[in-house]
Amino acid sequence: MNSWIRRCSPYIAPLGLFLFFGIAWHWVVQWFDIPKIILPSPLSVLNALWVERSILLRASWVTLQAAWAGLLCSAVLGSLIAVLFSQSTAMRIALYPYVIFLQTVPIVAIAPLLIIWSGYNFRTIVLVAVIISIFPVISNVTSGLLSVNENLRDLFRMQSATRWQMLTKLRIPAAVSQLILGLRISSGLSVIGAIVAEFFVGNSGEYDGLGTIMTARQAQLKTAELMAALMACTALGILLFSLVNLVGATVLRRWTRTTGFESEK
Amino acid sequence: MGISLPTENDRANESAAAFISCSNVVLDFKSRGVSQRVLNDLSLRVTSGQIVSLLGPSGCGKSTLLRVIAGLIDADSGRTEIRGQPISKTMPNATRDEISFVFQEPALLPWRTVWHNVMLPLEIRGLSKLKDKQDTIEHLLQVVGFKSSDWHKLPSQLSGGMKMRASIARAMSTNPKILLLDEPFAALDDMLRSKLNDLLLAISKEQKCTMLFVTHNIAEAIYLSDEIAVMSHGRIAECLKVPIPFPRESKMRSSSEFAAYYGVVSEALSRCHS
Repeated sequence: MNSWIRRCSPYIAPLGLFLFFGIAWHWVVQWFDIPKIILPSPLSVLNALWVERSILLRASWVTLQAAWAGLLCSAVLGSLIAVLFSQSTAMRIALYPYVIFLQTVPIVAIAPLLIIWSGYNFRTIVLVAVIISIFPVISNVTSGLLSVNENLRDLFRMQSATRWQMLTKLRIPAAVSQLILGLRISSGLSVIGAIVAEFFVGNSGEYDGLGTIMTARQAQLKTAELMAALMACTALGILLFSLVNLVGATVLRRWTRTTGFESEK
Repeated sequence: MGISLPTENDRANESAAAFISCSNVVLDFKSRGVSQRVLNDLSLRVTSGQIVSLLGPSGCGKSTLLRVIAGLIDADSGRTEIRGQPISKTMPNATRDEISFVFQEPALLPWRTVWHNVMLPLEIRGLSKLKDKQDTIEHLLQVVGFKSSDWHKLPSQLSGGMKMRASIARAMSTNPKILLLDEPFAALDDMLRSKLNDLLLAISKEQKCTMLFVTHNIAEAIYLSDEIAVMSHGRIAECLKVPIPFPRESKMRSSSEFAAYYGVVSEALSRCHS
């Protein structure tokens, strides 16, 4: 019994807060008689979630595929760029400002442009997800590759290791934990990227993601359904984040000392 | 002939006999336009098979000297040689292969098991698949005190002492002629330190390699060394021959001879501080 309480205790407080917030919300809507279009009660949101479940599930699946593909591309492409940066200072100096541009570019502003170039399709959605989620990967992995312990570098130099050996046997393994940390940030961003892109692609009839559903429900003034879709978005973000964490923790079991995933034995 | 402060006349004659020889080595560290002399016209000679300790106050250039001899830093002027072969960052691999280094921290790769960490230098040379090399590693791991059940543990599963043992085994895996040790036991407790001192003596006897050992610990320096070089302000201030006979045993540490010599060395050190 005691251990059961201890195991559940991290969940009790957030759940309690959630319940409190829901009740307060419901009470405010009732008391002030707020119109359904402005703020639906939590019960009607839950109802909308139930009624639209099959549409939302299908849309979530579409968006998840786009976000996942975007995240994967970011991981691969971002790591390759980081390796390039770690091997050539000239390349790093020349290209880094443009990488920062990726981070600072207002994605909402360039999404329409990308649609013109790439069309109303899945590819565009993935492209936007990549643009928004690649920066943490590049930045983290580059610093992971470059900030290798000086003694370890000396150790390799004393063995007359080649540049390639230094990269594959030391720098890349040392940067894996940084890659996972970068992907944790990128996972949320890729979902945001996919949904933002869907806002613009939406209503074209060719594509049916969560973002598309949201623009449609907004136009129809179906606020409860809009909020239900919003909940699906959040769930998607959490799902992708947990997935990255799970994969990360498994991969990094060997890297125990350099991660924050597990406490030291 | 051990280490000594050579005069101009005998330098040319004797450099052939010396295993490690540094003559008139000068090195400045420059940062932001400010230059600081770290090695100041330093000369040192070590003959084959000896263990020489470098003692001296912090910042006197002990570790830097070790890194110059390892070919990790180039001196600004002067000559450093191993068996007459010049040492530099660009020395041929054959010369570099004769030298091994044990760092202040174990510097193990956390994602590799003990076995693969010790194998790393051979792996880099492309020799890890050879049967006799694998036998060498097995033997080394036994010598430094690893049970075969611990060979496949990760560094995070080992104690500080075991990590250092693995680090020493790795340094010996290439069968080096020269082992450079930069305060390897500074972070360990006294019991462990004295055990590892005995291990080093055993290794030096078995592998017949020349050791240069940086330490702050006078007792350790006396126990391990044929000679002690006291460093001060970037040069060798005094060379002391240790009068205690080999083989060394732990009980010698409490002998009156040891205590008397401790006094001699500590006086030499305090002369450097003043």
